Amino acid sequence: MMKSHALIRMLDRGATLFLVLLGAFAIAIPALNLLVPAGSALHVSTYLVALLGKYVCYGLLALSIDLIWGYVGILSLGHGAFFALGGYAMGMYLMRQIGTRGVYADPILPDFMVFLNWKELPFFWYGFNHFAYAALMILLVPGLLAFVFGWFAFRSRVTGVYLSIITQAMTYALLLGFFRNNFGFGGNNGLTDFKDILGFNVQTEGTRNALLVISCIMLAVCFLICRAIVTSKFGKVLVAIRDAEARTRFMGYRVESYKLFVFTVSACMAGIAGALYVPQVGIINPGEFAPANSIEAVIWVAVGGRGTLTGAVLGAFVVNYAKTYFTSGVLAPYWLFMLGGLFIGTTLFLPRGIVGTWNHWRSGQKEKSEAARSADAEDGMLPTAGSPSTQPSAAE
Amino acid sequence: MRGLFERFAVVLVVFGVFAALVTTARAGAYEDALPKFTLDSFSDTADAIDAIAASGSPLAPPLLQALKDQRLLFSASAKQVLIKAADGKLTDAATGQPFTAAPPSDLDNVRLNNRLRNLTDAALGALTLMAPDPGKRYGAAQSVFKSRDATAAAALDKAIAVEKDAGVKKTMLEAKAALTLTDAGAAAADKVAAIAIIRDRGDQDSLALLQSVPADAPKEVLAAATDAKAKIERNLALWNTVQNFWYGLSLGSVLLLAAIGLAITFGVMGVINMAHGEMVMLGAYVTYVVQDVIRASYPGLFDYSLAIALPLAFLFSAIVGIIIERSVIRFLYGRPLETLLATWGISLVLQQAVRAAFGPTNKEVGNPSWMSGAFDLGGILITYNRLWIIVFTAIVFVALLAMLRFTRLGLEMRAVTQNRSMAAAVGIRTARIDALTFGLGSGIAGIAGVALSQIDNVSPNLGQGYIIDSFMVVVFGGVGNLWGTLVGALTLGIANKFLEPFAGAVLGKIAILVFIILFIQKRPRGMFALKGRAIEA
Repeated sequence: MMKSHALIRMLDRGATLFLVLLGAFAIAIPALNLLVPAGSALHVSTYLVALLGKYVCYGLLALSIDLIWGYVGILSLGHGAFFALGGYAMGMYLMRQIGTRGVYADPILPDFMVFLNWKELPFFWYGFNHFAYAALMILLVPGLLAFVFGWFAFRSRVTGVYLSIITQAMTYALLLGFFRNNFGFGGNNGLTDFKDILGFNVQTEGTRNALLVISCIMLAVCFLICRAIVTSKFGKVLVAIRDAEARTRFMGYRVESYKLFVFTVSACMAGIAGALYVPQVGIINPGEFAPANSIEAVIWVAVGGRGTLTGAVLGAFVVNYAKTYFTSGVLAPYWLFMLGGLFIGTTLFLPRGIVGTWNHWRSGQKEKSEAARSADAEDGMLPTAGSPSTQPSAAE
Repeated sequence: MRGLFERFAVVLVVFGVFAALVTTARAGAYEDALPKFTLDSFSDTADAIDAIAASGSPLAPPLLQALKDQRLLFSASAKQVLIKAADGKLTDAATGQPFTAAPPSDLDNVRLNNRLRNLTDAALGALTLMAPDPGKRYGAAQSVFKSRDATAAAALDKAIAVEKDAGVKKTMLEAKAALTLTDAGAAAADKVAAIAIIRDRGDQDSLALLQSVPADAPKEVLAAATDAKAKIERNLALWNTVQNFWYGLSLGSVLLLAAIGLAITFGVMGVINMAHGEMVMLGAYVTYVVQDVIRASYPGLFDYSLAIALPLAFLFSAIVGIIIERSVIRFLYGRPLETLLATWGISLVLQQAVRAAFGPTNKEVGNPSWMSGAFDLGGILITYNRLWIIVFTAIVFVALLAMLRFTRLGLEMRAVTQNRSMAAAVGIRTARIDALTFGLGSGIAGIAGVALSQIDNVSPNLGQGYIIDSFMVVVFGGVGNLWGTLVGALTLGIANKFLEPFAGAVLGKIAILVFIILFIQKRPRGMFALKGRAIEA
């Protein structure tokens, strides 16, 4: 009984619609790529499949940011770091899979290590030839970093812009570190020239479509986890923390534990997004740690609507599609103007984002019609004082 | 065989130099020696160098210099030796007059080998030891000290005897001591005296020289050398610390300049201005434009270009800042995270606008004459541009403190910082204070840009390089207190420079970032937190 209630709460109309659309997307794109002949107008090129796969990964990253920003009010400007760490874990697995097919044909050492005259594999590269170990690391490395970082930060009540700034410092420090050759992650060039993933060639159409489908599945799973968190009682406490952290603390909740849990979950999701991203774009380099990337990911969430989950994914798709469209044409010099304008415009004129504004408008309509109905039915009585809305107000 | 030959050559040079210094030049020796260059054989060239060094002709130094730089040409068929200047013009070596005729077809460089190169250097050194310019004599003595070229000993003695300038004479004596110390035939007592002279010089070269004292030297020499080495090392370590401190101070003042405007806006308004770095960048571009106009129209004013650029950069950045505040930020008060995003958007727009207007490449901003160059202070080299930036930062800091302390605007700004609603209640127009504060912070960023244009590349990305460091300073120092910013900036600057020798520049920087991340845990509001009763700032 309780179970089914929780399920219904989790899968409200918006969430169901999102999952249906995502499923349709995951089926339609590979079908249009593999089954429709190349000449047809409906054909989706393999390039586009990889591009869309990239968007799905960005969508997952945006989802992870929305979970902490939209529901707990933690604005992380360093989520790109977790994304990149997950990516590097996957990249290390893919590098080990190259084996003797590298330029230097060393069975153990990746090319860049041979190039740097290294004789042995550094210890932190051990085990990455097994996919299961790599998959564990994809979750563990970002999760552990987030746990340690969050443990320090939340316990001493670092909040607001201070937290944002030190998350930015964190990703900046990692950026500087990964640029160094002696860190053992390929330095400036990063990891690339991948050949196989689980025995399948990463370049082929089949693998690309499979990766897209897997990305969609992971996005759906993470979406459900997020929904489960935010619709539970736990989630209500999170929203309470977002809206009045001190009051929630005074009511006896251990605010820092709540924050730490969500922050860590969110970092793991970002790690998964990065891990799926790397085989689809074929490279991971320190540029992914750049603070600008993390801030850009935040704007996806803002555009789509924070505190909506579906909006974050939508925002990632919309902004990245716009970026692809504008940076590939004659409008390329104007893209940064547009991106900058998007930051300013969204915060000033669309603080709820696309989905948030839509929901707000819809609930306004509903309240109006409900008020009208109740006024009709029980003439003379006061309308109910605002139905308990689950929509987050534009939080401070 | 070769050793014998070299010794022979050395004797020749010594003799030659000596002859040049003691006797008046033998008439025509210079002209007689010149054709030997055209024979294209190393031994003849060596003879020619010796003869020319001995000739005492005023044409000798430029010729030897040309030989050293591979600018000396000869023609075997025409028996002609020509000097090619850096700009390609030819001079007749025999007369020193420009060579206007058509150059002979078989013109070729006079070839050198290592021995000849050393010979040339020694000959040049000996000639310049007697040069009329004390700077040149000083340089020659220094090069003798470093090369420990025994062939220069005779010339050095002669030069010491006639030297009038005390500083140059001291250097010559040091060079002489270096020669004594390396001379296997010198007496032990002389060597100990030489060591004392070298110890008093006390730089890295002296240390290297003392380390070259062979282990089989007489006991008293070895003991003196060990003593002297220890003393020099202590001395050098001290200077090294002073130097790190100086570099740290210089970096810290740059950080302070970049961060102080940020600290004001953050303190008064609780707003993180991500576009602050771009205000710095705009100030640097104002400097560029001012210098461009001056170069084109009023070249005589170039030394005043920075003085002209300062107020303009302040005004321009301040106006841009006020426009940003009035058009965007004031709508976002109470929503610091949104402000952060919006100002990031502004920074992208400003960067791209500058890129569109001036191009993405670095712009050349020149140093006025009073800012270029350097001087030695004890064991460290101090460049004028760094020195001026430190002085300038101190002036800006004091001016700002005075403004906050003694003016009406400063008083109102402090009131708003401490308690916004109370300030509003007593009749301070907080919206106006906000706009002015933002203008002031941006304006200071603009003049920081003028200073940074002197030491950094002026490009659209200039601001990006400083923004994270500036945040670190503000977060570390604490908000609403300029002294916190000062201490924060200098601490970070100096810590960075002291870490660099151990950890390297990048690891040092990472260490600082990690340190700040940990520090924030201990003191979430920075070193000098504003005290208040609010549970949440």
